[in-house]
Amino acid sequence: MSDLILSAHHLTKTYTQRSGKFGFGTTQVKALDDVSIGLKAGTTLAVVGESGSGKSTLARCLLQLQPLDSGEVIFEGKDLAKLSGSELRHTRRDLQMVFQDPFASLNPRMRIGKIVGEGLLIHRLGTLAEQQAQVIRMLKRVGLSEADMQKYPHEFSGGQRQRIGIARALILQPKVVVCDEPVSALDVSIQAQILLLLKELQQEMSLSYIFISHDLRVVRHIADEVVVMYKGKVVEQGAVNDIYQSPAQDYTRNLLNAIPGRKHAAMAST
Amino acid sequence: MSELLRIEGLTITPKSAPERCLVDDISFVLESGKTTCVVGESGSGKSLTALAVMGLLSSQLNQVAGQVNFQGQDISRLTNQQMQQIRGKRIGMIFQEPMTSLNPVLTVGYQIGETLTVHLGLKGGMLKARIASLLEQVGIPAERVNSYPDELSGGQRQRVMIAMSIACEPVLLIADEPTTALDVTVQAQILKLLDELKTRMQMGMLFITHDFGVVADIADNVVVMFRGKIVESGAVDQVLNQPQHPYTKALLACVPDADGKKPLKPIDYAWLNEGQAA
Ligand SMILES: Nc1ncnc2c1ncn2[C@@H]1O[C@H](COP(=O)(O)OP(=O)(O)OP(=O)(O)O)[C@@H](O)[C@H]1O
Ligand SMILES: Nc1ncnc2c1ncn2[C@@H]1O[C@H](COP(=O)(O)OP(=O)(O)OP(=O)(O)O)[C@@H](O)[C@H]1O
Ligand SMILES: [Mg+2]
Ligand SMILES: [Mg+2]
Repeated sequence: MSDLILSAHHLTKTYTQRSGKFGFGTTQVKALDDVSIGLKAGTTLAVVGESGSGKSTLARCLLQLQPLDSGEVIFEGKDLAKLSGSELRHTRRDLQMVFQDPFASLNPRMRIGKIVGEGLLIHRLGTLAEQQAQVIRMLKRVGLSEADMQKYPHEFSGGQRQRIGIARALILQPKVVVCDEPVSALDVSIQAQILLLLKELQQEMSLSYIFISHDLRVVRHIADEVVVMYKGKVVEQGAVNDIYQSPAQDYTRNLLNAIPGRKHAAMAST
Repeated sequence: MSELLRIEGLTITPKSAPERCLVDDISFVLESGKTTCVVGESGSGKSLTALAVMGLLSSQLNQVAGQVNFQGQDISRLTNQQMQQIRGKRIGMIFQEPMTSLNPVLTVGYQIGETLTVHLGLKGGMLKARIASLLEQVGIPAERVNSYPDELSGGQRQRVMIAMSIACEPVLLIADEPTTALDVTVQAQILKLLDELKTRMQMGMLFITHDFGVVADIADNVVVMFRGKIVESGAVDQVLNQPQHPYTKALLACVPDADGKKPLKPIDYAWLNEGQAA
């Protein structure tokens, strides 16, 4: 067990929804139904699955950004729900998240330099000059420039905003990063650059990733292990090669068969 | 073949820096019943081009030159009120980031219904039935009609926007990375739905994407953008199999393979710049 840096045990989460003619009735949406996963230190665990299957809910619950109905999340041997406020704040530095919706997660009135550097400021890491230098270095590593520090979120393209979210999470040199669709808005070149950056940092500082993605080609490149979710449940879990070569579940097989572009020669051969 | 959309010499600059072209003199034509995929670098001006066609450029930006001809009419000269008659009815748009275009305080059912009421005058039971059918078509249970956008998953929000954009069966659909938040099975369902509209309504589609697998599956023509310019365009087989421009070649070389054997390798821009200068 000791090689697991983050593990989740029997997580459940049910949302209650208004429904019916005037919204007086309620419907229950079971977003997490007895989900257990384990992330080994220094590795990448990909979470794939249908839209609406509970991946983002899992991500938020792992980081205690949302309360669970039941179940526990253990980080470095500690139950996150049992930490005191100050312990949790301290731990936050080690547990970072890249959000699925970049625009909604960036404060529209803050300049990018401040957004990316805020964590350093909060956790008092280095002098102001050092923080500034780190922000510049991080922006460059995600393919942005020093001049971008002065701009506001709305002045960027979708893919540029996604990279701002990545820079903000990685600059803190956390231990675990939960990435929710981190490269979905990037062209294939920048995508490769970001994936290589994630791998590089993993090697440098033994970072561990939970990597949520619907792009099975990307998952194949980045993941050591894969969890397949379907309707709030984990339906399959294992080493990436095993799952791609011999998927045990119909749903996983359907996913692998639906990768687009298979019929096109240029896509198949490259 | 009838011409549906003709963009000619479109140029967009920030008001604060008029010498910097974010979109630089681009031109292309889209025909009815056809799909043109726009691919290219992150930040190359794809979304701005789409927004310009819709007349929705931010007030900080200027369309300093160019025409947008839609069914023979230059719509870039229309007033906002005239544009509102076209937007949502004859031209549908799926925006890149759903949360920026969905209203957080209105239910998704209300937002889909609004388009139908405004443009088609639907009311009462007819309206309800149509909303339910649209939700089902994009794979969301109709019982989620009273959900607010933040009660949906990322991919569900994206699908609500798709439902809104096709509610009035537009003749032109502008789709800005419409399936980025969808798993491949739901994506396949959505692409099939759009293809049906294309066949049945002769709908033309301008489809921005980073996914070359999707391009290969749905495009008739491809436009490649790089640093604000169109560097290459042509029939899908031509562009994917015999790319001419160094950027297109370099970009295609980055497409990840499905079995994970090809090493990840971003474009070497220094090399590309030299290649272009030579
Ligand atoms: N309001 C603005 N002010 C200044 N620059 C802007 C503004 N909006 C966009 N830009 C810049 O214009 C360029 C083109 O943006 P656009 O959103 O069209 O890119 P894109 O091709 O859609 O990229 P992506 O694939 O990342 O979504 C980007 O470099 C962006 O930073
Ligand atoms: N605040 C909420 N209130 C009610 N239901 C919710 C809420 N948030 C999420 N849900 C529902 O819970 C389910 C799981 O959502 P979640 O966002 O975790 O899915 P996901 O796997 O991340 O999907 P996607 O791939 O589309 O992003 C969905 O059916 C969603 O509609
Ligand atoms: Mg999600
Ligand atoms: Mg864009």
